[in-house]
Amino acid sequence: MGRNTDQHFDVLVIGGGPAGMAAAVRAAECGVHVGIVDDNPAFGGQIWRGASEDGSVPEAARWRQLLRTASVTELCGKRIFDQPEPGVLLAEGTDGLCELHYRNVILATGARERFLPFPGWTLPNVMGAGGLQAMVKSGLPIRGKRVMVAGTGPLLMAVAAYLRKHGAEIPVICEQASWRRLALFAGALMSRPSKIIQGMGLKREIGDVPFAANSWPVAAHGRQTLESVDISRGGKRESIVCHYLACGFHLIPNVELQLLLGCRIHAGYVQVDELQRTNVDGVFCAGEPTGIGGLELSIIEGQIAGLAAAGDAANARKLFRQRKKAQSFAATLERTFRLRPELSSLASAETLVCRCEDVPYSRLQGYSSWRAAKLHTRCGMGPCQGRVCGPATQVLFKWNPDSVRPPIFPVRVESLAAMGGAHRHEDSAIVGGVS
Amino acid sequence: MLSQVTLAVNGQTVSVPSGATVAVAVTIAGQPCRNSVTGEPRGAFCGMGICFECRVTIDGKAHSRSCQILCEPGMKVSTNG
Repeated sequence: MGRNTDQHFDVLVIGGGPAGMAAAVRAAECGVHVGIVDDNPAFGGQIWRGASEDGSVPEAARWRQLLRTASVTELCGKRIFDQPEPGVLLAEGTDGLCELHYRNVILATGARERFLPFPGWTLPNVMGAGGLQAMVKSGLPIRGKRVMVAGTGPLLMAVAAYLRKHGAEIPVICEQASWRRLALFAGALMSRPSKIIQGMGLKREIGDVPFAANSWPVAAHGRQTLESVDISRGGKRESIVCHYLACGFHLIPNVELQLLLGCRIHAGYVQVDELQRTNVDGVFCAGEPTGIGGLELSIIEGQIAGLAAAGDAANARKLFRQRKKAQSFAATLERTFRLRPELSSLASAETLVCRCEDVPYSRLQGYSSWRAAKLHTRCGMGPCQGRVCGPATQVLFKWNPDSVRPPIFPVRVESLAAMGGAHRHEDSAIVGGVS
Repeated sequence: MLSQVTLAVNGQTVSVPSGATVAVAVTIAGQPCRNSVTGEPRGAFCGMGICFECRVTIDGKAHSRSCQILCEPGMKVSTNG
């Protein structure tokens, strides 16, 4: 595997979702040299996926076109795994390694679903809500299949609507939030016309699918694969036969790269100033990592970061008012879909919390921190590097996230060798065992 | 119309729409992607390349995250690696 030539940028954007695309476009329009990197095969992020290429979502297609017109250097299928020194990032792709140099970098790393352990959650065909949707988008036949949708957050409705449209039968959508909280959320939507339109579109597609608030999954059953799910619905337990369970508990930001670069994080979110600058010189952050606020806020933040990183603070300021409005929606999301305490006691003693190393709940009890638990049980030491069990243990045990070490994703041996210069400790090589 | 891609999962022939990921082919074949360290069957979970549950061996290359890789004609996929 060869090492590609190094590339140099005035502004480098990490993440090709809505925030990243908007950032790259606005920065490039200022006339500076811009690159955008994403680890997926195409731009659009998790929310748009292929939609920015196939034209099925007009806004996605519009930003994709702007990105092309703005002559941004596009680097797809490349994953950043280390910063050997400030101003340089190492990326691994199928075609090898490359070193990306930047003056300013915008971290638009998006979010992932939060998963919570419950008995049976490791069975095949129990998937994330966004996870199952992604599988169907990439070709999984779902027509005629019974799919339970459960957890919390606006993604559940969107996923249920999508699956139904593609022929799935949805016995019920289980949302852990209370009706009272959901009513307040609906009220907040009413004050934002664009959100109402989105909501009405979903309502049409969801049609007569039962929606249960105060409800959540308590166990999944099956021999080799999922056969049924037990739910707690309005205080009563019932069993539902199904082929798939699409289950996620709202979103958590991807902040591993921000941590690696030394960005200040408070209550899980990256701290930024009004121009989306972090505490680290030349490092900006936009979109979900600064607070889960949805598409609209991500695009505004991305544009502000792009303009500011390219030196056009004046135009960035013109978007402040729009951002403030969108931020109020983020606050409502946070309140509505906050997890109820019952969800932290779904796991039984044998329930695996760490899926990579098969560490059960009972082995984690009694540790005072995630770091201690990791050292003694290997929880979070597998190839996902704690991306799944870390957020779960925050909910289960109130443990805080640990610091991160490079490589922030498992990489090939050749890549490890590339980062193994004088500036690295020997022990960094053991992180994330898959080669 | 979508064209089909044919590949082998543990020797079984599977046809998927072009553009499908290897994780989809494995799920259609009714196979788990891997066995966990205590021997539990596991399938694709996060669908976005983060959880590593869907790793399989593709044309001899172990630990490939099947949800991030598109099917190609004649690919040989083996699970439980």
